[in-house]
Amino acid sequence: MTAGLSASIVLRRPSFVLDAALAVEAGQVLAILGPNGAGKSTVLGVLAGLLRPERGRVELGGRVLTDTATGTEVPTHRRRVGLLAQQPLLFPHLTAAANVAFGPRCAGVDRRTADRTARRWLAEVDAGELADRRPAQLSGGQAQRVALARALAGEPELLLLDEPLAALDVDSAPAMRALLRRVVRDAGRTTVLVTHHVLDALVLADHVLVLTGGAAVEQGPARDVLARPRSGFAARVAGLNLVRGTAAAGGLRTADGTLVAGLCSEPLVEGAAAVAVFPPSAVAVFPARPGGSPRNVAEVRLAALEPRGDVVRLRAAAPSHAPGWVDGLAADVTPAAVADLGADVGARLWFAVKATEVSVHPGAR
Amino acid sequence: MTAPPPAPPGAGRPARRAAARRRGRSLAPPRRGPDRHVVAVGLPPWLWLPAGAGFALIALPVLGLVARADLARLPELVTSDAALAALGLSLRTAAVSTLLCLLLGGPLAAVLARSTSPAVRLVRPVVLLPLVLPPVVGGLALLYTLGRTGFGGRVLELWFGVTVPFTTAAVVLAQTFVAMPFLVVALEGALRTAGQRYEAVAATLGASPGTVFRRVTLPLVLPGLGSGLVLAFARALGEFGATIAFAGSLQGTTRTLPLLVYQVREVDVDGAVALSLVLVVVAVVVIAVARPRAAEGLR
Repeated sequence: MTAGLSASIVLRRPSFVLDAALAVEAGQVLAILGPNGAGKSTVLGVLAGLLRPERGRVELGGRVLTDTATGTEVPTHRRRVGLLAQQPLLFPHLTAAANVAFGPRCAGVDRRTADRTARRWLAEVDAGELADRRPAQLSGGQAQRVALARALAGEPELLLLDEPLAALDVDSAPAMRALLRRVVRDAGRTTVLVTHHVLDALVLADHVLVLTGGAAVEQGPARDVLARPRSGFAARVAGLNLVRGTAAAGGLRTADGTLVAGLCSEPLVEGAAAVAVFPPSAVAVFPARPGGSPRNVAEVRLAALEPRGDVVRLRAAAPSHAPGWVDGLAADVTPAAVADLGADVGARLWFAVKATEVSVHPGAR
Repeated sequence: MTAPPPAPPGAGRPARRAAARRRGRSLAPPRRGPDRHVVAVGLPPWLWLPAGAGFALIALPVLGLVARADLARLPELVTSDAALAALGLSLRTAAVSTLLCLLLGGPLAAVLARSTSPAVRLVRPVVLLPLVLPPVVGGLALLYTLGRTGFGGRVLELWFGVTVPFTTAAVVLAQTFVAMPFLVVALEGALRTAGQRYEAVAATLGASPGTVFRRVTLPLVLPGLGSGLVLAFARALGEFGATIAFAGSLQGTTRTLPLLVYQVREVDVDGAVALSLVLVVVAVVVIAVARPRAAEGLR
């Protein structure tokens, strides 16, 4: 556990070309975020040795696992890479304990020791009492915990988590997330986590890589990427509004010339690519053009209302005569405010944001 | 697939309902069989008519056979020397060819289901050929390949001093030829249904391809394999055309039960019917023993 993981991968798939490089320090967790079809699972497939890249190199803990330049290709079963997928995929013909003991048994451990190891790991994931059950007798959350114990019992040098919470219901996902935090992040396991949920990335990951259309558009410490997103996707998963443009005095200039007033996070060269970011909670909504101090005011057409806990998120679309950048902007308001506005889909509204709520960052290419 | 035994008309339903009442209306679905609370919205009533006719086409001839049988002479007819010899030969050869199907067809199915080689796409149609070929044509093909004049037969005779046609080995080969596709099709389907995701997980846990095959793939496809073996055994047992063309009909050596039935049907109708009934009974036993598992595998 010294050198961690480094990988560069080029692989042509039917709908995209994956061309990305990533690195994970030993004991750290990298979250790969991205929309469907961005190549997230393809990355995991290459790391696990289940997919052969056209060009690329994968190095783990000083061992070269894949190197197309030298023709190196360590088979999956010798990589010491554990995999936990969206589905638990417990072997249906084995008990929970035998499933967990599978890895140690493959490593040549005798039956009794492997069984002891399995029960220890099951206890570790709070599934000790499930040891003698068959997978068919487990709930989704229980099965996923057993599957995690199975992946860990193989003592992998690298753990791959492929949307491990996506198939769980709302009741068991938080418990599983807390468990992953304890046995993966706090235990210092080198891990690559694929997710499309910002909470997973924030809770579980040290670093984030945003993958879109097979290319890495953004990477960095999880908090930075999600607090100051530079790509539309990262902003969406972080629940933030993002407007693209170029840096200008006092804010950002959109393609149609509108100035979005805001505060620059760092000195920006005027005319350089930039993004303006602000949370939906900072957007005030009016039935008519508001007077007063808000610097940023835009007319929108209400495209959708989405209930989100205590608030309602109003999703904007650009009216035909208005600039395109308001498309997709979100505003969070209370249900009472929605009632006062009498807002329904298609209604004309005005979104307003104070300049102090808008932060301007250097933009992605 | 455990249908209750037929009850006298009119008595069954009320009795069953009364039994259900006695059990106390359990809302839990029955553990096996279809859930009777589900409304079959995709089954128009008129489908019952052709479905019933189809069932009758299969069931009535079997009943006709039973009706024609001389039940008094049955024990005597089926225990004749010729009949016992043929039955023994049939069971032995069908068992050996089922084993051959397993040893050769099993790996063939695994390759067809898992290999990514483009050559495999050319192999599959050839493997399925015996399914669509008239068996007698298959028998002739075997004869002209492994017969004295065939290139395979000449090699066997010159190098090993072995002559295949018109021996018990020829019976086994003919049966394997026609039965193997049944096993390959059933097993390949099971392998494809099981998918490779379990195998991928096993590999990440450190299992070599051999261990994956033994500890994961094989247990997952066991029901499918069972159903394939049953189909292959049944097909081998009933083999006629390829056998008579390639192995002939010599009592004790190549005259299996179907061949014997054909042989005696003109001179001894009662004997032929009795032997046919024996084949029906063997077939029913095979289905009864293996059917539940086989059905699970096909699902």
